[in-house]
Amino acid sequence: MSRIELTIQNEISNGRKVLSVFLTAGFPSVESFSDLVLNVFEAGADLIELGIPFSDPIADGPVIQHSSQRAIENGVNLEKVFLKLNEIRKNSDKPIILMGYANPILNYGLNSFLSTCNELKVDGLIIPDIPLEEFDSFFDSSVKNIDTIMLVSPTSDDNRIKMIGEKSKGFVYCVSVKGITGERNSVSEESLNYIGKVKSLLPDKSILVGFGISNPQSAKSFSSVSDGVIVGSAVIKLLSEKKYKETFELISSIKRELSL
Amino acid sequence: MIKSSYQQPDSKGKFGRFGGKFVPETLITPLKQLEEAYLRLKNDKDFIEELESLHKEFTGRPTPLTFAERLTKHYGKAKIYLKREDLCHTGAHKINNVLGQILLAKYLGKRRIIAETGAGQHGVATATACAKFGLHCVVYMGETDIERQKPNVFRMKLMGAEVIPVKSGSRTLKDATNEAIRDWVTNVEDTHYIIGSVVGPHPYPMIVRDFQSIIGIETRQQILERENRLPDYLLACVGGGSNAIGMFFPFINDPQVTKIGIEAAGKGLDTDEHCATLTKGRDGIFQGMKTYLLQDDFGQVREVYSISAGLDYPGVGPEHSFLKDENLVEYFSINDKEAIEAVKLLSQTEGIIPALETAHAIAYLNYLLPKTSADEIVIINLSGRGDKDLNTIMEFL
Repeated sequence: MSRIELTIQNEISNGRKVLSVFLTAGFPSVESFSDLVLNVFEAGADLIELGIPFSDPIADGPVIQHSSQRAIENGVNLEKVFLKLNEIRKNSDKPIILMGYANPILNYGLNSFLSTCNELKVDGLIIPDIPLEEFDSFFDSSVKNIDTIMLVSPTSDDNRIKMIGEKSKGFVYCVSVKGITGERNSVSEESLNYIGKVKSLLPDKSILVGFGISNPQSAKSFSSVSDGVIVGSAVIKLLSEKKYKETFELISSIKRELSL
Repeated sequence: MIKSSYQQPDSKGKFGRFGGKFVPETLITPLKQLEEAYLRLKNDKDFIEELESLHKEFTGRPTPLTFAERLTKHYGKAKIYLKREDLCHTGAHKINNVLGQILLAKYLGKRRIIAETGAGQHGVATATACAKFGLHCVVYMGETDIERQKPNVFRMKLMGAEVIPVKSGSRTLKDATNEAIRDWVTNVEDTHYIIGSVVGPHPYPMIVRDFQSIIGIETRQQILERENRLPDYLLACVGGGSNAIGMFFPFINDPQVTKIGIEAAGKGLDTDEHCATLTKGRDGIFQGMKTYLLQDDFGQVREVYSISAGLDYPGVGPEHSFLKDENLVEYFSINDKEAIEAVKLLSQTEGIIPALETAHAIAYLNYLLPKTSADEIVIINLSGRGDKDLNTIMEFL
């Protein structure tokens, strides 16, 4: 069992749901980024997704786009992300997932990328622009010791959800709505029904829900039909205003709600 | 008309190692539905007749193949013909693709149309077709392009389209495309996305190519009638590459016809300010496709430049990447200054003011013609007219 799977299982067996937090690597500050990661774990994140900044993030809304652009302007690239990971790994062995678009990885070289990931004990990998259709030719069966996490969306039909579920390792990333990342005001019944359907189609898989989860209430609603939630834009928005205290409070309050 | 030996893309939407569907999961099902609908309709008698009649009555097809007598005399070498896509309604070849896709949208039952635009030609064509069919039209356009293509912005608004300024990245075509993709992911239920070039995820590069192929199909018939033989050279400018593919594809199995695509060298290939993707790019994954891409050492997509807004794009259609690697098409580049000179040359010899994009193809005559002889034939795809560029040209001169 991988470290991601163990972490999820541990939370579920103790009656808690899982909280994964997305951070854009090197944002808002490159220097203090490792401390930020450690503090986010401390505040209650079970998993952290580190976003590799990309110039053209087509699945992201304005908040994450902006953070990505700022990080690139601050000199963040894949090599810097690995340097930061190396710093983080000196102080933490909690599960870390790299999330990034295909091009910077292709450009770095897939084999070098994967072997550096292994050295730095990266636990998982999410590439939103590598769907099922491109998965095998992109990875060329060279992935070892790392969970490749795949996404399902409200437009995926039942058969597809099953195929993605078979392929996805660690957990299945369930996109809550048709759309891009970013905060949303309400949780629709349609959305909850669909997540419930994914959960029932994939009884052996952990399902974490992402996109549009911004507060303890929406986290609670989505986690009632899944194994946990992923929070991104809401955190990035606070960080872009350098509101660190509020960031950690938000994370703690969401995790508290998931532990009731 | 098109012989069957060239079979691209394959069933996964790949042109060799290029192409594919590098998009978020939400778009996979809509792309499949679009592909199924297209494959069914492209051989449907009613669909074909409706599109043909639209082209005849609304676009103004077939467009003429004009013998450029004084331009030919100017060089004193091969005979030069111009395929007059500038005479299409809305002033460029873009309408060929838009009308095809509007009919697709109609058959798919989508009432809301979105598009991206660079120079504004594709936006204008889309706004035009939406007005004609009574569909809601939203066009994404980079702020930089809005500034340099004001008349086209006004045209779109006049025809009832909503033009949304894009403020992210380089604020040009690539960013407008990102924003259109984001809109589509969000509103996929009722919205059809009309991509303006042979770019993006499968099946778009195939669909846009097929709709633009009318250019080459007509050209072939017209030159056979006029000269009783095929041309020796075909020239077309390449940004995303739709007018070029449209001209080249119906000749793809004719090796005796040399096909040449011309990219924009901007301020020079030795500077960072160009968009000669096929000359200076390398493999990348961008906006749903694998293709040659202008990128930095870390895989970030470069901010590119050309005096012509329609060529100002860091990627290129995946089929062009394939055709380059297979040596089926040759690619060269032309800088800003040469393009401006070509605008003057065609204006003064033929009384035709070409678009700045098209001018890149015309400028290549300076390199090609000296090598030709009087019994050879060159055809340039005159992809658009230059009215939209008058401000830019005045500033440059």
